[in-house]
This record gives sequence, C-alpha cells and structure tokens, in this order.
Amino acid sequence: MLPGLSFAVPLFGLLTEPVSVAHYLVVGAILFVSGIVCMAIKRNALGVLMGIELVLNGANVNFVAFASPYLQGAGSRSLGLDGQVIAVFVILLAAAEAAVALAITLNFYNNHATVDVDRADDLKG
Amino acid sequence: MDLATQLPQLLGIAWLLPLASFVLILFFGPKMGPHGRNAAWVATAAIVTSLVLSLVAFVSWLGAHPVTAVHHGGDHGAAHASDHAAAGHSDAGDHGEASGHGGAAASHNDQGVHAPVAYSGDWYTLYEGGRLKLSIGWYVDSLTILMFVLVTFIATCIHVYASGYMHDELHDVTDHEVTLADGHHLHRAGRFPRFFQALSLFCFSMMGILIAGNLAMVFIFWELVGICSWFLIGFYYERKSASTAANKAFIVNRVGDFGMLIGLMALWGALGTLHFADAKVVGADGQTATVPGLFSLVRPAESGHALRVPDGMVKFAAADKVARTPVAEVAGKIEAWRAEGLGDWLLFIAGVGIFCGCVGKSAQFPLSVWLPDAMEGPTPVSALVHSATMVAAGVYLVGRFFPVLSPDVLLVIAYTGAITLFIAATIALVANDIKRVLAYSTVSQLGYMMLALGVGGWVAGLFHLVTHAFFKSLLFLCSGSVIHACHTNDMRKMGGLAKVMPYTAGTMLVGCLAIIGAGIPFVIGLSGYYSKDSILAQALSFSQANPQHAILFYAVAGGAFLTAFYMFRLWFMTFAGKARDHHVHEHAHESPQVMVMPLLVLAVLAVVAGWTLPGGFGIANLLEQSRPAGTVETTTGGFAFGQTLTIPAEYLSHGEPFHATATWTAFATALGGVLLAAAMYVWRVISPAAVAMIFRPVYTLLANRWYFDELYHALFVVPAHGLAATASGIDQGLIDPFLNGLAWVTRLVAGVDSWIDRTLVDGLVNATAAATWSAGTRLKVLQTGSLRQYVAFIAIGTVALFVIASLFFRASLAG
Repeated sequence: MLPGLSFAVPLFGLLTEPVSVAHYLVVGAILFVSGIVCMAIKRNALGVLMGIELVLNGANVNFVAFASPYLQGAGSRSLGLDGQVIAVFVILLAAAEAAVALAITLNFYNNHATVDVDRADDLKG
Repeated sequence: MDLATQLPQLLGIAWLLPLASFVLILFFGPKMGPHGRNAAWVATAAIVTSLVLSLVAFVSWLGAHPVTAVHHGGDHGAAHASDHAAAGHSDAGDHGEASGHGGAAASHNDQGVHAPVAYSGDWYTLYEGGRLKLSIGWYVDSLTILMFVLVTFIATCIHVYASGYMHDELHDVTDHEVTLADGHHLHRAGRFPRFFQALSLFCFSMMGILIAGNLAMVFIFWELVGICSWFLIGFYYERKSASTAANKAFIVNRVGDFGMLIGLMALWGALGTLHFADAKVVGADGQTATVPGLFSLVRPAESGHALRVPDGMVKFAAADKVARTPVAEVAGKIEAWRAEGLGDWLLFIAGVGIFCGCVGKSAQFPLSVWLPDAMEGPTPVSALVHSATMVAAGVYLVGRFFPVLSPDVLLVIAYTGAITLFIAATIALVANDIKRVLAYSTVSQLGYMMLALGVGGWVAGLFHLVTHAFFKSLLFLCSGSVIHACHTNDMRKMGGLAKVMPYTAGTMLVGCLAIIGAGIPFVIGLSGYYSKDSILAQALSFSQANPQHAILFYAVAGGAFLTAFYMFRLWFMTFAGKARDHHVHEHAHESPQVMVMPLLVLAVLAVVAGWTLPGGFGIANLLEQSRPAGTVETTTGGFAFGQTLTIPAEYLSHGEPFHATATWTAFATALGGVLLAAAMYVWRVISPAAVAMIFRPVYTLLANRWYFDELYHALFVVPAHGLAATASGIDQGLIDPFLNGLAWVTRLVAGVDSWIDRTLVDGLVNATAAATWSAGTRLKVLQTGSLRQYVAFIAIGTVALFVIASLFFRASLAG
C-alpha cells in the first residue's frame, strides 16, 4: 500500500518521498493527538475547547486527504468533493459547538468563579 | 259559624297546641330560663289553652245539642223523635257538606230509630291510592268533646302539680337509687324541660286518638302514646328498674298492637275503608257520592242499624264462591251467603283484633303486667298517663268502635274485664307500695269498664271511665304528695299522716270514697256511686238475660267489695293510727300550695262528676247523645261460642228490679269492705298478720301477683333465652368452627404463598437489584467528574478498541 514503509523506523520513509496523501494523514494524526493531549492535560476550560478545535481540524484534514482524486477509482462518478463538503459541515458544527461550549463555560464561571475543569465534578457518581 | 266547621277548628287547634309546645321545648328547652324552668310555663300555657278551647267547643256543643233526660220504654220512639228535632238534625244535615257531614244523624228520625249526632271529615289526605285512603281527619261527637275536656283538664292539673313536684330536676340531681361502679351515687344534670317536653307530646298523642276520624290515624297516635309512655316511665333511665319497666311496658303493648294490626288488616282487606263515619265524595262527574264508613257498613241505616256482617266481609269469606258466580249475580247471592254465616268469623276477628290493642293499652288480662311496673315513672306521670289518659285510650277505643263489635266479641270483652278486675283487685289487697296499690286498683277499674262495655253498658262503661279519671288522678296525686313528704313508697312506714298532711288526707279520703262508690242509696253519692251502680245494674241485667253468664255479676259485686277493702286499707295504713316509722314521720310535711291546689280541684270534681242536675244535665245523659246507632234496644246474636247471647238494652237496667238490687249490692259490698278494712287496720280486731298466716298459700299467691311475672318469665323469657342459647350454641359450636377452619386453611395457603413470594419472587427481584446495585457501586468509581480524565478514557478506549480490533480482526480488515 504505502511503498517504502519500513517497520524498523516507522514513517521514516515518508521523509524521502514526495508529498502524498499519507503525509496529510500524518499531519491530521499529529493534529488529532495534539488536540487529545491538549484536552487531557489542560485544566483551563478554554484550553480544552482549543483542544477540541484541534481534534476536529485533524479530522478535517483526514476528510480532505481521503477525498484526493488519486484515491478514487477510474470509474468514479462522484464530483470528488465529498471530503471537502464534510469538512465544511464539521467547521459549521465546530462553530456551533464552540458557541454552546462557551455558553456552558460562562455559566460555569458564574457559578464557580473559575474555568478550571477539575473543579467541575458536580456530576461525580 | 256552624258547629260542623267550628268544632274541628277548635278541637284541632286544641290538639296541635301541645305539639307546638313539644317542638318549642325540644329546640329551646334548655334556654328557657335557668335550668329550663320556663319550659313548665310553655307546656302549661299550651295545655291550658287547649282546655279553654275544649271548653268552648263543649259549650258550643251544649248550645246546639242541649243535654236532656233520656226517656226509654214504651214511649221511647216518640221521645227520640222529639230529642232529635232539638238535637243534631238541622246542624248536621244541612251544613255539613263543607267539612264532612254529621254521621248518620240526619236520617231516620221519623222512624224513631236512634242515631248519634256526630261530625266527621278529613283535614289532610296523607295517601290515596286504590282502595286505600289514609287521612288525618276528625270524628267528633259528645264522647270526643267530653274526653277532650277531661284529658285537657286533668293534664292541666298535672302540669301545675308537676311544676312543683319536679322541682328537684331544676338542679343537678344525685340519684340515690343508682350506684355507679366506683360506689358513688349517680350525679347528673336536671332534666326539667325534658319532662315537660314528653308530657306535651303525650297530650298531643292522646288527643290525636280522641279526635281521630279513622282507625289508621288512631293507630298512629296509639303508637305515639306508647312511645311517650316509654319516655316517661323511663324518665329516670339510669335506674335499672325504670329502664326495664319502660321496655316492659313498650314490649307488652306491642304484643297487643300486633293483634290490633290483624284487626286493621281484616277490616281494610274486606271493607277497604278505615273511616268511622260516612264521607261525601265528589266524583269525576261532579256527582256527590256517599262512601260508607265502618259504622254504616256494619250497621246500615236501611235495616234499622241492626248489626250484620258487611257485604265486603261476606264476599271476602265467600271468595271461592264469588269466583264461580257470574259477576252480575254476586250481589243477589250475598244475602244467602250471609245467612250461611260466611264472614261471621271475619267480623269476630276484626273485633277481637282491635280489642287486643285495647287489652295492651288498658292493661287488661293477660297483658296487665306492665302497668304496675310503670309506676317507676315520676308520680305525675303515673297520675296522667297510667290512670286518666293512656290506659283510658283502650276503653275509649272499645267505646268508639262499639258499633262494629259483635255479641261474641262483647262476651270476650266482658270476660276479659271480669278476669282483670278480679285478679288485679286481689293483688291490690296485699300490696304494700302505695303506688302499686293504686296501679292495681287502676287495672281493676279498667276491668270494670271493659266488663261494662262487654255486657252492653256503653254509657255505663264510658261514664265510669270519666269519673274514674277524676278520682284516680286525684288518688295518684295524693299518693305523690305523700311520697313527696315521706320519701318512701312503703305504706308500712307511714301511718298517722292525717295530722301532718290534712289536705292530702282529706282529698285522698274523698278519692277513696269516690272509687268505692260511696253514697246514700237512692239519694245522693260521689261520682263513683253513679257510674259503679250503672255497671252493676247492667251486669245484673245481662246476667238475668243470659243466666249462664251470671258469674259476670258476681265478679263485679265481689270486685266492689275488694275495692272498698284495699282502698281503705291504703287510707288507714297511710293516714290513720300512729306513726310506724318516726324517722319518716318527723320529716313529713304538707306539700306546697302548687301541689295542693290541683288536689282540691280534682276532689271537688271527684264528688260532683257523676251528678245529673235537675233538667237532665249530666255526663251520663251527655254520653247518651253519642250512643252508637242500633244499641238502644235489646239485641241478640252470637255464633262463636255456640250460644245465642242477649245484650240487654241499657235503659232496662235503670228500671226498678235491677237498679234497686244493684244499688243495695254496691252499698252493702262497699260498706262491708270498709268495715273489714277498719276492723283490721284501725280497731285491730282482726290481725292482718294472723289472716295472712291462716291463708298463707293464698297470701303468697297474691303477694307474688299471681306469679304472672314468673309465668311470663317461664313461658316467654326462658324459652326466648333457651332459643337464644341454642342459636348461640349453633353459632359457636357449628358455624364458628367451620368459619375458623376455613380461615385456618386460608391462612395455611396464604403462608405457602407468602413463602413462595418472599423466597422466590422477592429473592429474584432482590438479587437483580443487588447485582445492579453492586455493579453501579463499582462503576461509580469511574465517574470521577474530571473532564480531563474522561477525555483520556475516550482516547485510551478508542486506541484500545482499535488495538483489539487490529489484533483479532486482522484477517477481515486485511480482506
């Protein structure tokens, strides 16, 4: 599938190859993992929201990458814009989600005078 | 205003006033002055007004129907024709349409057949459907008016007397005859208004019986009188004896009333009416029709008011023959059926049934046991209810119902009266309770009245009813005065009271003389002299007409002797001689004026009530105006006892052979009785104790009241208890174990069911719940509440899923 992929040094071969879909996937994965890590380690709620943005955009990169015409079969009858369209949807969704999440954050701040998510354990079982 | 509209208005208001008083006291009694003191005034005002109205009615009556001497014998036809020209003819006949009409007064004067003057009608119809018409109506004749005056007058005296006698009830009362469980005497609030409330209701009920225009109404007020009597006898209801006596009176009366119901059903079932008098009814076509009442059904005017079995009863008895006869021919065959004797028994049963009610109310043998016990009530009650009015109701009803009674029924009545008067008189000989002596004397005198009616002495019986009411209420009030002074009923503790209580002693002596019929033969006498002589004369006349029933006359004569003896035994033991108990004697005092005044008034009346003034005015002649149609002349009849009975005309007993014998017999027996009493209790020639020793078995029998209570106890109470015990045994021995077994089985099944439920069903449910619980408890730890951990879990979880998937499903993924 990915020519030159060596199991001895993972992904090493990419550095030497021309930019392809795999590179995009790597960027998306890095963005995704960064976002996850950001969400997991940030105590500031705004930081967590930023992590979410990173995760979503990592996913967007993947969508767009997988929409590459190189990956499409010869007989494909699609416009080839599926990934881009889904990415735009995700952006919209992210905007809406951000609005809601900010509203929750503001309320949380009103009630607790902080935006530290570790203090938000009211629903703890 | 003519008499036919005036009388029902006057008497109706007189009748309803005590009801108004009752209602007022019922609702506002306790608020009437301190402790309800003014309730006495309300009740007395009502009864006094009733008395005045009754007197007005009486005077109006006299104005329209002057009382004149009644002549009988050869020229009686002419005499009657003239009587009636002056009496009720014009009033009753011409003006009666508006309010009923004047009985049978208007017709047949020209034939010389006697018919009474009476007014009747209905105020209000309670129910009318089919043949049944229940109404509140009136039947007024001279007997009604006389009884109204009598009842309201005596009730007035007793209201006045009771407002003094009952003054203890104005404060809290400690009843020394009731001991509570803690050993103290009962302490209760006074019940002054309650007493007058019951008294008012009683007067209302009694007048309801008097004025009633039909038997259904009589029955209603009959029962009301019974319940009032129950209230009044049980006035001291905390006392066991009083509540028992009240129940006894009520239950015994119910026994008689049962017979009365049978009589009512026999009459209504066969005749379809309970009205006494004829009624004019305007039909749908505008025609006025006459609906015959009981009196004209049994004694139709067209046959000269002779008693015959009414068509309705003949048809009722011949029901099977009627069914086989074409409708058109039924009327023609009635005479033949009547001649066969069909319906005779029905008329007999109707008469005896109604008489049964009178037996209960008037305490005749065998239902006489309640009256002496009824003396548990306050003494004014004894005087009013149990001497002058309630017990008189029975005699009154027999008198009112007299036209319907066949000769056989009359014989039953006569013998019942004879047995009653003899038994009661003998018991009175040995009684030591002053009120009980009077109670038995009352029973005995009621027996006299019944006997008089039974032997055809309609006027004699009712005349004695009136005179007796006066002197017996006098005697009771005197005894109340004595009890009030001595605080005991026991005559053995009295004696020598004449000096301390002169008025009471004097009036009571008058009462005693009146009841024994004292008088100078053929010259003048107290009221009892006249009434008792006429009873004796009629009994003698009957005995001679029916020699096989001569014992009736001996019963009356013997009863007169016993009466004289026990009444003077009472008077001597109470007032004469020396004081036997000094403790009692020292506290004795004359009663207050409010109690003495009624005594004086009643004493005067006990003397004069029997007199007939020159010109013929007197109670006997007044009653003669109401003599039932068809009873003037001697009549014969009878089938039930296999003999023909002759009911002699009453005027015959006024004739020489009977009158003289009767008067001398009465005088001799009364004198003998008084002399014997004096010999035993004043001169002490004969020792009462010695007499009691000699006749020990008789004395024991009498002292135990002929063992009537014991007999009834053995006959009715013990079997009833036995039946109850059997029923209870079946209940407890059979039904209870069955039910208990059923319950045990049910309980067992339920136990098993419960075990299954608890162990299996509950266990399953609980186990599920416990598992869920523990799982929840453990999983709870995961819900840390920390957002960052959740994110980490999601990431790790996703990676883990991915790893697992890539490890286990590599082949398919690869595919």
